[in-house]
Amino acid sequence: MSIELINLWYVAAAALFIFGLKQLGSPATAVRGNTLSSLGMFIAIAVTLFNKNILPWEWIIGATLIGGIVGAVVAQKVEMTSMPEMVALFNGSGGVASLMVGWAALYNIDNSTFTNITILLSIIIGGMTFSGSILAWGKLSEVMTSAAVVFGAQRIVNALILIGMVACAVLFCMEPAVNSPYLYAVIGLALLFGVMAVLPIGGADMPVVISLLNSYSGLAACAAGFAINNNILIVAGSMVGAAGIILTNIMCKAMNRSLANVLFSGFGAAKQATKVEGEVKPITADDAFLILEAAQSVSFVPGYGMAVAQAQHVVRELGELLEKNGAEVTYAIHPVAGRMPGHMNVLLAEANVPYDQLVEMEDINPRIDNVDVAVVIGANDVVNPAARNDENSPIYGMPIINVDQARTVFVLKRSMASGFSGVDNPLFFGDNTRMLFGDAKQSIASVVAEFKG
Amino acid sequence: MEAVFLALVLMLSIFLGFELISKVPATLHTPLMSGANAISGITIVGALIAAGDGSDPLATYLGAAAVMFAAINVVGGYLVTNRMLSMFKKKDTEQPGGQA
Repeated sequence: MSIELINLWYVAAAALFIFGLKQLGSPATAVRGNTLSSLGMFIAIAVTLFNKNILPWEWIIGATLIGGIVGAVVAQKVEMTSMPEMVALFNGSGGVASLMVGWAALYNIDNSTFTNITILLSIIIGGMTFSGSILAWGKLSEVMTSAAVVFGAQRIVNALILIGMVACAVLFCMEPAVNSPYLYAVIGLALLFGVMAVLPIGGADMPVVISLLNSYSGLAACAAGFAINNNILIVAGSMVGAAGIILTNIMCKAMNRSLANVLFSGFGAAKQATKVEGEVKPITADDAFLILEAAQSVSFVPGYGMAVAQAQHVVRELGELLEKNGAEVTYAIHPVAGRMPGHMNVLLAEANVPYDQLVEMEDINPRIDNVDVAVVIGANDVVNPAARNDENSPIYGMPIINVDQARTVFVLKRSMASGFSGVDNPLFFGDNTRMLFGDAKQSIASVVAEFKG
Repeated sequence: MEAVFLALVLMLSIFLGFELISKVPATLHTPLMSGANAISGITIVGALIAAGDGSDPLATYLGAAAVMFAAINVVGGYLVTNRMLSMFKKKDTEQPGGQA
């Protein structure tokens, strides 16, 4: 097959990616969209095999088999609660692949300076994506501390790394060679920079980082596309880059913070929230059952704690019982609930909650005062009224789900400790708030038992 | 001229990406992300070509390793996205696992 014909097939693959992404816009068509997109990928790979100048067959078959099997096994085995970790790892493997594509492209003898620059870009972005993703994985899976790691001279160190990287890149371009020491320096500094970039970001800000790394993995592929003059890499890579940037932006807006603020400051380092004092009103599962039985409208507000407690199935069970009892049941989901965009939606979908019951923050807030009982499960910051009232709070200005304006609020909490960001939550002391202490899964299960018994 | 043409392709694709993605509802953000992630595995095409015909062993090793990593990304990304998306059910449709 001639290069022109291959490129024509690439156009078809690009069209399939575009249709695929478009159909991901609605739950009803999303499965088909994903299939179309994978068909596009299949075409792109298949026609590339007709190129005369490709890797020897035995290498292609071996590498694809190993990678394919690893990917398939992981995809089938992974728990839905661990999706953020897995996406981080996939991002990382895409990043390191782009790094290596750039590196391998250096072995072509007659590269122009422009090509060398794009090769370095794909090495740098790919390397950052790789090491940043591995670190994000470490934080998410709690192999290491998930808190923000901040030290005094961090910005200066980062600036020095960046300057060093650019300097080495320039020196390399002046005298390009595959064994140039500057090449190794650029690779090393790119890896280091990825680590330094994710280090100061705390667990609750992870949705932003995951989105951003997703964007980088696309941009790395895009840069690799420039390096080897391949249009399908540029088209697909830049669409992924755009997707990641949009999600990053949505996450930042949902936290009322700028991207720079998320990336460069450890969460909650600057301000001390006004300490709220008051009396919490604990409640037993028996009483919770009596209130829920009388409720006409119930809204569950899940957070990362629901994922940790694996409570999504028993929550769905309670939701169904409440519906049979005549109540209107919704699941109100804050955009940054969980550790990646849409995390809670996937968990609830896995537990068979129909997607038309999942409502967004903008939809529930206007009618929250008609909700009889709002049940907060493992969420803290996203329902903290201090974000509205307390100018000293680190989360002041962040849009929240106004559960404090519902008629009654149940807060399921393991014990009386402040949430992830260490801010005190005045919600716990509200007149209409009842605290249901204990493991979220157990608490809900005992309410379910009351309904059944 | 080639570079200018590629830059044009880049610009149009970014705009198209923005248009397509901004319509995706929050409910589908996780599958969108893993689906997009699978697409970024397109770098596998680059990995097949970049190393050339295998005349330089080092380039071949790099290319093969890149193919392997990108294959993890592609296969894993599409499968897990499909697995997630099949969980999203509308109300009143038959649900697997059934309700007593």
